Amino acid sequence: MKFGLVLEEMHRSENDLAHHLLTISERHKVDHEIYHLARDLARWSQQHVRDIAAIAGNYGQDLDPEPRGEAGLMETLREKGSEMVGRRPETGMLLLRDLRELYLKACGVSADWELLAQAAQGMKDKDLLALAEKCHPQTIRQMKWANGKLKESATQVLVS
Amino acid sequence: MTRIDRIAEPWGTRTPYGSGGEWPVRVDTHLAEGVTPEDVDRWVQTASLLHSNGDAMDIAVKDNKIVGVRGRASDRVNHGRLGPKDLYGWQANASPDRLTKPLIREGGKLVETDWDTAMKRVVDRSKALLAEQGPSAIGFYTTGQLFAEEYYTLGTVAHGGIGTNHVDGNTRLCTATAAEALKESFGCDGQPGSYTDVDHADVIALYGHNVAETQTVLWTRMLDRLAGPNPPKIICVDPRMTPVAKAATVHLAPRPGTNVALMNGILHEIIANGWVDQEYIQAHTVGYAELEKEVKNYPPALAAEICGVPAEQISEAASIIGHAERLLSTVLQGFYQSNQATAAAVQVNNVNIIRGMLGKPGCGILQMNGQPTAENTRECGADGDLAAFRNWSNDAHIKDLARVWNIDPMSIPHYSPPTHVMQMMRYAEDGSIRMLWVSGTNPAVSLPELARVRSILEQERLFLVVQDIFLSETAQLADVVLPAATWGEKTGTFTNVDRTVHLSEKAVDPPGEARPDLDIFIDYAHRMGLQDKDGQPLIKWHDPESAFEAWKECSRGRPCDYTGITYEKLRGGSGIQWPCNDENPDGTERIYAGGKFWAHPEYCETYGRDLITGAPVDPSEYKALNPEGKAIIKAAEYVPPHELPSRDFPLQLITGRTLYQFHTRTKTGRAPELQAAAPDVWVELSADDAGAYGIAEGDLAEVETPRGSVRAKVRISGIRTGVLFLPFHYGYWDTDGGHQPDGAGRAANELTITDWDAASKQPIFKTAAARITRVSGGDGPSPAPTTTASAPAGDFPEEARTKGIASALADEATGTAGGAR
Repeated sequence: MKFGLVLEEMHRSENDLAHHLLTISERHKVDHEIYHLARDLARWSQQHVRDIAAIAGNYGQDLDPEPRGEAGLMETLREKGSEMVGRRPETGMLLLRDLRELYLKACGVSADWELLAQAAQGMKDKDLLALAEKCHPQTIRQMKWANGKLKESATQVLVS
Repeated sequence: MTRIDRIAEPWGTRTPYGSGGEWPVRVDTHLAEGVTPEDVDRWVQTASLLHSNGDAMDIAVKDNKIVGVRGRASDRVNHGRLGPKDLYGWQANASPDRLTKPLIREGGKLVETDWDTAMKRVVDRSKALLAEQGPSAIGFYTTGQLFAEEYYTLGTVAHGGIGTNHVDGNTRLCTATAAEALKESFGCDGQPGSYTDVDHADVIALYGHNVAETQTVLWTRMLDRLAGPNPPKIICVDPRMTPVAKAATVHLAPRPGTNVALMNGILHEIIANGWVDQEYIQAHTVGYAELEKEVKNYPPALAAEICGVPAEQISEAASIIGHAERLLSTVLQGFYQSNQATAAAVQVNNVNIIRGMLGKPGCGILQMNGQPTAENTRECGADGDLAAFRNWSNDAHIKDLARVWNIDPMSIPHYSPPTHVMQMMRYAEDGSIRMLWVSGTNPAVSLPELARVRSILEQERLFLVVQDIFLSETAQLADVVLPAATWGEKTGTFTNVDRTVHLSEKAVDPPGEARPDLDIFIDYAHRMGLQDKDGQPLIKWHDPESAFEAWKECSRGRPCDYTGITYEKLRGGSGIQWPCNDENPDGTERIYAGGKFWAHPEYCETYGRDLITGAPVDPSEYKALNPEGKAIIKAAEYVPPHELPSRDFPLQLITGRTLYQFHTRTKTGRAPELQAAAPDVWVELSADDAGAYGIAEGDLAEVETPRGSVRAKVRISGIRTGVLFLPFHYGYWDTDGGHQPDGAGRAANELTITDWDAASKQPIFKTAAARITRVSGGDGPSPAPTTTASAPAGDFPEEARTKGIASALADEATGTAGGAR
């Protein structure tokens, strides 16, 4: 069954999304809403990683329940860097690039949850379907947040 | 007529009344030393400008000087009463240090100049920036203390003329969450309740609302109910031992930042016990199932653990609320300036919605304001929202506003939500906002993390215009300072918390060359050559009354409909509650009667936001969820504050007000009776913490957060253990530092965190991690008032109690003829 691969990909993509959110948070520490919210929203993906790992055993997959690590030295350096370049206009372009990437990543994860939910229905696996019903709405909220921030920030960055 | 010290007795003498009764009249008067009512040349009608209650009053004028004030007996809001700030605050108008001439920066110093020169600088810079960068270079930051006519003019200039999206008021700091919570639950701003609900309620629940200090006359009304037959039960949520807490049947003192968990716990009990109005929910709401599902996760035991309050207290409060027959809920800064502000305030709305307690006598919600004219900032478009609650993401609304202004719809920036002040500061920091025009507010003291705020405002590359009545901390950093007239020196209208519109008439001339804010904005519009699409001036009005008539037209058919109000109608009797139009010629006491809301997708002010992420809800999603425009029940999970106590910073700091001062004390600090009552900053902590840190009453202590430090004398009060409180009023204008600390910090905002609620964008002033250390011993008790929430926890010498100076004696007259409804 190819389903194991879906779980593995789901686990990888949620980990990746959490990591990207944390990276954005650190890189844009001077944009305080980005800094705080990206951290809050990373926690959702980290929980999804744990949830996926917990259910993966049922499908013969051994996935790490611990999300990829948080702030180390590099991250702290990024925060400091953010504070130093925060008064330069180029940071705006970088923010747009990061938000665009975040939006696309979240869209990808959302599509993965669609696949998983479809498979869960095909296999009549209620636990798996329940997991998708719990997690997918949060992914969509992450997506909408990225899209909203992109929309809100774009004009000032591009037309000033 | 009796004489009474209203500093020692802030709420005056009781006039008890029972449920459903008429609140008796009590007329409060304070006149300058030696002046009797017979000496007064004329009485000029107005209302309070030093808080949000909207107490109607008359200004006493003698020899063309303001010599005192008297409450208006016939007004529905206050039935003659005035609060201490009203009784004494008027004296600040005549302060010798009022700004009387425009100032411009020359060689690094502010020097006096004439209006032409000052306005030319502002206009030249505006035009240059528009040519070079466009409207994104210019931001306007106003207040909650101008008049409706002025906000409408400013909003029209900024949105319709300059075309910038960067418009906000300092209402962002005090009432943004009130507006957002109402928008989320009802699709539109607009206060559901009325002050008269106090007359009928059998339960009054106050959430983070120390009404005794913020709206003293509203508390007086509650005190008179409490002193009368069949008094209401009071539920108080506040980490401090406020006068409200002392009067409460149940006082919940949660850990700062946990309000959503507490509300979910209360809602859990209300739903689990079936204290809900299923018929109302079915007929008039959407989203109930989501709420049921969410609050299932918050049994009282869990909520109790998160909030640090006994589970039995949560159950008891829920039971009282659940059994209420007429429930009045009120909310203020304890929720609005705390973690998850909007989510928490929306849960209060949910309580009244699922109990079907709206639009009936005694059944109301008061999402309070902090400032006298905050409602006008919101409705006239000066807080960034579009005028008259038009929806920025509804093209039909933009088209309609463009029709009113006779401009192209594309000229009105509506491509994204308006830029809130914290974001404007960020744009000024990254250099993309290059001109900021601040009117009637003092961000150099009132915004969070002051070291950062100063570093932004001080930048050479930022052109800062400040329009004010005194040389505030912010004005000291300006490139151009425009001297403004204030209350009593200009005419206009303003609207209080419960939608009551009052007229405020000019009593005396402004000092020197100071000009009304309205005149300044109109002058700017004309000098800028702002035009409509036919080449006519964009601003077609020239004085307060013509501005009011223009605003009325803009409001026609919208929820805040003013079309039935005229200056003439406002003269004499009582203030009038909007909507006031052909259908409601005498105004509207309660909106949302019969479960009718303004939430229809074509009519609503907003499609709302995600309460956690703040992302705007898509129009099509809203239409699918709420096609018929019912009340919207929104649930939210508890998310911990972003800054939690740590080993280095083990305590939580909250900031707030005291009864005797307003904002950064520009006026109250210049009224001798008020200044003497609360002369300097203090810090409150509990007796337990005082013991743990070896600190005594009156000691000098240093409070630190990762952002700075403040030194203050210690008051050991009834505050929750683990929590520190600092009043935010004390800045630097009356110190050697001028606009910044000279040595130790004094302003509470040296310590606060740059973080805001994702939905309302209101800064979070009430959840910073902090520590306190003793610096030295004191020579007596701290300067904190003893009459209020800062009252000492233990025994206290009689001579140290807060009393008025000799001139604080005011008159009270009871038993005079009837007040209006």
